[in-house]
Amino acid sequence: MSRLDIKTPSRAQTVVDNLYHDMEQRISASPPGLCPVDIALNFLRLCHAQSCGKCVPCRIGLGQLSKLIEQVLDGAATMETLSIIEKTAHSIYNTADCAIGRDAARLVIDGLNGFRDDYEEHIKHHRCLSSLQLPVPCVTMCPAGVDVPGYMALVGQGRCQEAVRLIRKDNPFPIACAYICEHPCEARCRRRMIDDAINIRGLKRYAVDHAGDVPNPPCAPSTGKRVAIIGGGPSGLSCAYYLSLMGHKVTVYEERAQLGGMLRYGIPSYRFPRELLDKEINSILSTGIEVHTGITVGKDVTFEDLQHQYDCLYIAIGAHQDKKTGIPGEDSKNVISAVEMLRAIGDDHLPDFTGKKVVVIGGGNVAMDVTRSSVRLGAEKVTCVYRRRLDDMTALPDEVAGAMAEGVEMMTLAAPVRIESDENGVATALWVQPQLIGEEDPSGRPRPTKASLDEVRIPADIIVAAIGQGIEIQGFEQSGVPVKRGTFVAASSSQVGNMDNVFAGGDCVTGPATAIRAIAAGKVAAANIDEQLGYHHEITVDIDIPAPKLNNRAPHGRVNTTEREAGERKHDFEGIEIGLTCEGACTEASRCLRCDHFGYGIFKGGRSTKW
Amino acid sequence: MVTLTIDNKTVTVPDGTTILEAARSNRIEIPTLCYLDNINEIGACRICMVEVDGEERLVPSCDNVVREGMVVHTNSPRVREARRVNLHLLLSQHDVQCTKCTRSGNCKLQQLCNDYNLLGEHYIKNLSNTPDDLSNPVVRLENRCIKCMRCIQVCDKVQSMGIWDVMGTGSRTTVGVSGARTLAQSDCTFCGQCITHCPVGGLQERDDTGKVFSALADPDKITVVQMAPAVRAAWAEYYHLSPKYATAERMVTALKMLGFDYVFDTNFSADLTIMEEGSEFIDRFTHRNRYTWPMFTSCCPGWVRFLKGQFPFYINNLSTAKSPQQMFGAVAKSYFAEKLGVDPHKIFVVSLMPCTAKKAECALPTMKDACGDPDVDVVLTTREIVRMFRGEQINPAILEETPFDSPLGTGTGAAVIFGSTGGVMDAALRSAYFLVTGSNPDPDAFKNVRGMDGWKEATFSIPGAGDVRVAVVSGLANTRRLMNALDEGRVTYDFVEVMACPGGCAGGGGQPIHDGEELAEKRGKVLWSLDKKETLRFSHENPEIITLYKEYLLAPLGKRSHHLLHTDHNAWKMPNEK
Repeated sequence: MSRLDIKTPSRAQTVVDNLYHDMEQRISASPPGLCPVDIALNFLRLCHAQSCGKCVPCRIGLGQLSKLIEQVLDGAATMETLSIIEKTAHSIYNTADCAIGRDAARLVIDGLNGFRDDYEEHIKHHRCLSSLQLPVPCVTMCPAGVDVPGYMALVGQGRCQEAVRLIRKDNPFPIACAYICEHPCEARCRRRMIDDAINIRGLKRYAVDHAGDVPNPPCAPSTGKRVAIIGGGPSGLSCAYYLSLMGHKVTVYEERAQLGGMLRYGIPSYRFPRELLDKEINSILSTGIEVHTGITVGKDVTFEDLQHQYDCLYIAIGAHQDKKTGIPGEDSKNVISAVEMLRAIGDDHLPDFTGKKVVVIGGGNVAMDVTRSSVRLGAEKVTCVYRRRLDDMTALPDEVAGAMAEGVEMMTLAAPVRIESDENGVATALWVQPQLIGEEDPSGRPRPTKASLDEVRIPADIIVAAIGQGIEIQGFEQSGVPVKRGTFVAASSSQVGNMDNVFAGGDCVTGPATAIRAIAAGKVAAANIDEQLGYHHEITVDIDIPAPKLNNRAPHGRVNTTEREAGERKHDFEGIEIGLTCEGACTEASRCLRCDHFGYGIFKGGRSTKW
Repeated sequence: MVTLTIDNKTVTVPDGTTILEAARSNRIEIPTLCYLDNINEIGACRICMVEVDGEERLVPSCDNVVREGMVVHTNSPRVREARRVNLHLLLSQHDVQCTKCTRSGNCKLQQLCNDYNLLGEHYIKNLSNTPDDLSNPVVRLENRCIKCMRCIQVCDKVQSMGIWDVMGTGSRTTVGVSGARTLAQSDCTFCGQCITHCPVGGLQERDDTGKVFSALADPDKITVVQMAPAVRAAWAEYYHLSPKYATAERMVTALKMLGFDYVFDTNFSADLTIMEEGSEFIDRFTHRNRYTWPMFTSCCPGWVRFLKGQFPFYINNLSTAKSPQQMFGAVAKSYFAEKLGVDPHKIFVVSLMPCTAKKAECALPTMKDACGDPDVDVVLTTREIVRMFRGEQINPAILEETPFDSPLGTGTGAAVIFGSTGGVMDAALRSAYFLVTGSNPDPDAFKNVRGMDGWKEATFSIPGAGDVRVAVVSGLANTRRLMNALDEGRVTYDFVEVMACPGGCAGGGGQPIHDGEELAEKRGKVLWSLDKKETLRFSHENPEIITLYKEYLLAPLGKRSHHLLHTDHNAWKMPNEK
């Protein structure tokens, strides 16, 4: 009998550990629209199985809760049942000894608060409010509803040009999205239940890189209707593109010297090469869109004038106003905003940071764009200062990792307090207060609190604030465009207030968000403007989608795109990502499970061929 | 073309053919359950699974296409076991009370379970406790439903109504009425196409046979029955009688045996409908400015419900003429009661209809014009009357023929074609031509409106009146297309016939069910051949109609006609109508 044993997991335990991993993946691939009561019940059962059995509330209570919720789902419950569930859950929460019981009960309480309607519908009407209206996860998750399985299959057959045409049916920016989309389509990819999500953006990039010039579909006969688009970013140009295809005469008013919005003035060219942006914009404009750059609506032309001159307006001015940090010394020289810096770069005015120490405030994607651009502008040292932890950064993990690989220092748990400057008013350092991570705020992010440590001085020649952007509402608010918390208010149809012929969408309505959301808003606005003008043009494309393969379900690694070596790429603004090879793209495309065909897709919503 | 091997047989089929089609076109039968050609090819039941060499898992044959060199086995041990397991699983949620089910002997699930020789219960029975709603003309029975989704697809694709939908998710997924409504709250047209496309007894008509048996047994009731045109083309299918033998007159004998006091013909009131509706059309056509166009036929209650629910701005375009069923009821409880010299409240009118929407029509608050009671008391579908015959052990094969009773029992060839798409238009034009010109056209002059196309168009010239642009549409998805085209000004017509069911009443939702078969065309042909054989092929030549006008109504569109035979479509509301 040995005194101590080396711990080795049993075979059963090893298998169960694998199952936990599979289950985590599976949960992350849950299709949107499931019955929340049913899901809550089954989570609860899992929680109950985790109980060690020592304490009454957890051992017995969770089981009773399950039975009660099952009664709700079986249509055998009354409103009295609901109050028993509530009472029991609170009691378990209050009396369980450890997190296993306590947080299982919390899960039920959160559900009772969050989807009480669903509980009541089951009790009162024996039916469920949930249904899977859009059953293909990637299509559902894409704000623009792009036919992802369709173009996966086309890319798999090397039919890249058709893939691009198919994407353009729902999104006129296939190139931009191939390079910079945050790919929400991948989040719930059903392939995760087997191994990992399909590299959808990577395959889109393969498609656009190999499609050559893809002509646009012909425009419908002219309707004689005129629409003005305010703002030539992804949302405005998407709306313009579809309206132009529908036969309306579209004029875009852009404040800056060039079109593209944040695609040009926010996203650095190493992520999205300028010549590709220009190519995409030219393709969109070739549908016959008129453009006026350097025109600020509200200054050079009034909103009212446009309202009189045009049948409909679409406001898509984005979020280009920099937010201030509000700390002392912010007015010092060499303290700039991310918007300002990226805007200059967008117009090819590259500042020289050679030998400079650059400090960037913020932890979002824009902060990463600024840090990585600073590296490329020759900075001696770039430090990214963030109040919370690395894990809490809102920037994509790949962006953070990329910046770090290029030598950016991440100074986390550091809250800026003031900017120090010399006698000439030139910034010399950022002082920060070290933070301790604290309790979660209502949104689930842990809040930083002041740590009992002294302030730290970070020497700086340039300080860039990348802490978010606002919307330039001047010139619109006075004209009656409703504003709430700094953004324009528009309906889900994009219609603005009680103005029949005014629509708005993109960042100026949502606040700073993603390109694909802005594009989707432009598409929605185009459809509703068309209706408002008294038409019902259909946007469609005639492409024969390859039949699905049957034998692609064995677990298989995901084929990722790669990047140029950090040491090399950090010296220039050339693209950093290396697209998939033909071999890689074909392999990756063949992993697609074709949810448009298998499962619910073939029944409902597998493919919408027009909108 | 693709060459593959199915059960050791080399076959060549066009690209894009499904494995199922490839097998069937080569006389290899793969069993199916949820599959419905062109409507439901979703691989839900997993009965049509086959084994394909090189594939790890079984493949559903209905929704996967053939590949060059594919080797398919339709009856391997693995396939057989999979089908049996899936049937057992279905049975675990199916209320297997075949002895009490109207679809026993005509049920896809029953047939497959018999074929696969299922013994014993392998799984724990898991039936739902949800109560069924038996109040509407269309009834859904939760524990019979096998969730094949055909009803949803038929309602969406063929009828464009989207009444049925998938409810809930996960293990409790079922079929229910979309939009968190009950069927009664919905804009369902009660066309019954979901019933005729259900593979099991999950959907059926509300059974009203009990009410009829009670009336027949009541000595104070004078029972009057009318038979719709399309019923005669389908009623004997259960008995496998040829159309030649399965005559309306033989059915009259059967109805007399059931105990009906008077057996009349809806063909009579179809001719009456033509007199009223045809006159109305001529009146509208010659006073164009007073009306909105086109004029719509109003004899299909599914269509009337559709129009009121979906395109309410067009309600005034409907002919105000009642349907033949309702005209019959109104005449039976007025003119006929007077002729008999009896209190009309004693008359009990039963309609035999190929239709479930007729059950809703006769219950409308506006259909009580003769004596204050409902003009038609009960509507039975073709399926229900056949069930009554069976219950009474009536075997039509050995029956003699009996003529319809008089004075509501004569119909012309123009009336019998009401049961097929284009028939109402054809009949109306025959008489309209006469009403304008004073002479009969060739009875086959309007045959461009016949045939099974879902949307037909024609223009006919009536001397003295001009060109009449007509359209004939059947199936509500086709109807919606036509209505949208009208609404957007893409088409212009003077007169439009609409039938809610594809192919018209011959394919009605109350007709006998033959799984996977569409019989509207075949039954329609029977009706067209009856028309051809008739000596009287014009409604205005029906002697009983002539007498009715002479003795009672005086003239079409007259005061009595207006009261008894016309209706205000605005006087009742669809559940979704404002």
